[in-house]
Amino acid sequence: MELFHRTAHELAELLRRKELSAVELCDAVLGRIEAVEPRVRAYVTVMADVAREQAKAVDARRAAGEDLPPLAGIPLAVKDNMCTVDAPTTCSSKVLEHFVAPYDATVVARARQAGCVFTGKTNLDEFAMGSSTENSAFFTTCNPWDLERAPGGSSGGSAAATAAGEAIIALGSDTGGSIRQPASFCSLVGLKPTYGRVSRYGLVAFASSLDQIGPLTKDVRDTALLMNLLAGHDPMDSTSADRPVPDLTELLGRDIRGIRIGVPKEFFAEGTDPEVANAVHAAIRQLESLGAIVGEASTPTVSYGLPTYYIIAPSEASSNLARFDGVRYGHRTSKPVADNVELYEQSRAESFGPEVQRRIMIGTYALSAGYYDAYYLKAQKVRTLLKRDFDKVFEQFDIIAWPTSPCLPFRFGERGDPLSMYMADVCTIPVNMVGIPAVSLPCGFSSGGLPIGIQLGASYFEEPKLLQVAYAYEQSAGFHARRAPLGASCGGEA
Amino acid sequence: MRLSLDEVRHVARLGRLAMTDQQCEAMRDQLDSILAHFEALQELDTDDVEPTSHSLDMANVYRDDEPAPSFDRDRILANAPKRDDECFRVPLIMEED
Repeated sequence: MELFHRTAHELAELLRRKELSAVELCDAVLGRIEAVEPRVRAYVTVMADVAREQAKAVDARRAAGEDLPPLAGIPLAVKDNMCTVDAPTTCSSKVLEHFVAPYDATVVARARQAGCVFTGKTNLDEFAMGSSTENSAFFTTCNPWDLERAPGGSSGGSAAATAAGEAIIALGSDTGGSIRQPASFCSLVGLKPTYGRVSRYGLVAFASSLDQIGPLTKDVRDTALLMNLLAGHDPMDSTSADRPVPDLTELLGRDIRGIRIGVPKEFFAEGTDPEVANAVHAAIRQLESLGAIVGEASTPTVSYGLPTYYIIAPSEASSNLARFDGVRYGHRTSKPVADNVELYEQSRAESFGPEVQRRIMIGTYALSAGYYDAYYLKAQKVRTLLKRDFDKVFEQFDIIAWPTSPCLPFRFGERGDPLSMYMADVCTIPVNMVGIPAVSLPCGFSSGGLPIGIQLGASYFEEPKLLQVAYAYEQSAGFHARRAPLGASCGGEA
Repeated sequence: MRLSLDEVRHVARLGRLAMTDQQCEAMRDQLDSILAHFEALQELDTDDVEPTSHSLDMANVYRDDEPAPSFDRDRILANAPKRDDECFRVPLIMEED
């Protein structure tokens, strides 16, 4: 298998044994970017020069006999809503097209410190609002499994880059499914950690009570390794959890006999693609054959998750995005304006895309005088009901299992109206609403060869058990070993 | 329920988004269909339910107030759409006498 298609833990082993240098690996990935990026379009900015310098530095440290962290020398793609001092952070928005952050996000600083090699900043739906990258102000990213289909979103660039071999691992952010749904669409492992597990400092805020950064990788072990690097308390984020960080590789390989898995029936609602439902049910039977105890679970209020989310997330977004005023950074109108309010109104109207403006409008409306109780407060209360549902389920079960996406990767433009696109998030949103961790992992392919993902969730801070179960399934099912067919039709490349 | 154009204009004003009348009308149609979808929440009785603002069991977090270096001024100002030496330039906010 080509270097760029291998996992981080395999490559880390080769690097450690000095059978491969970080520069060789970096060149392999940069070469792959050159070969396939014109068709995949995963990156807003490729950081080739930075990557080469970082790779050289890792090789020098290793040559000097230094004991390096596990992911030193591994090419990592960063979603373009995380601040980096050495490349623009655009959020795929015209607002921030030329913005270079004066500081690194905490996750970026940690990855830098650990010797990761930054391949570049990946495309997303503008300000992470969307499920396909079609809301990017710059261009749309293609799914490496079928270039006519969406890679999912909003972390579609990170997912496509990893699946295409344009990065070995990647960082995404997940507010309503933005890591897990693209992982499912691109046949990757994608983890949304417990809210507070990973610092949000330097992640451009979308909905602060829901946003969480996490890994997109080719297998569960890589997710565990990257999470080991990302997780932990950060004094710069007041919602960062100050509690011990377990080594997530520790339980990988332990058998899962006796682990109780609940299947929430409401998540297999009508509208779920039968091929998705079949693949997920087959995966659950496989978990049962591995010794897990499977039972039916119920989360009666889960159907209210979608409207709750589409009140809370835009409300928080409308507040967070108030900072983009064209004064200190970001786009400023060149039209003559009479006063500062007009400066804000013109600058914002010119530079926010339609979906972002729509969400600012929804959120502003939901928070405005006279409507606050009916919408925002009501949604916050329903959130409590959702949380109670899940708390009850976790009294009975260790893990819950259901589809990541109700549908297969869709074609571009197929979900034109906003509500139909919002529906794509129905299986992922409740997880953010209640704050638990959940992972999507490959569980098969449709008759047409499109990836399908199963979603596993656990109670707060139960990532070790979550990945233990995910790993057991992955190793017995083997879907993680397949790579996107992209390479085969690519003339002239290795 | 149907939003009036004045309501849409008012919300756009609050959200600091310049909109033409045509844009307001298109936005009204979209908001109407999205708001209709929210009506389902009224089916749930939440009279005795406390709101949840986020999932973590923590309230305010304090740290020691220790001096530390701040960002380099030039790096901050490098992103300014318009700068004037060490300041951000904006339209006049007070009438000159």
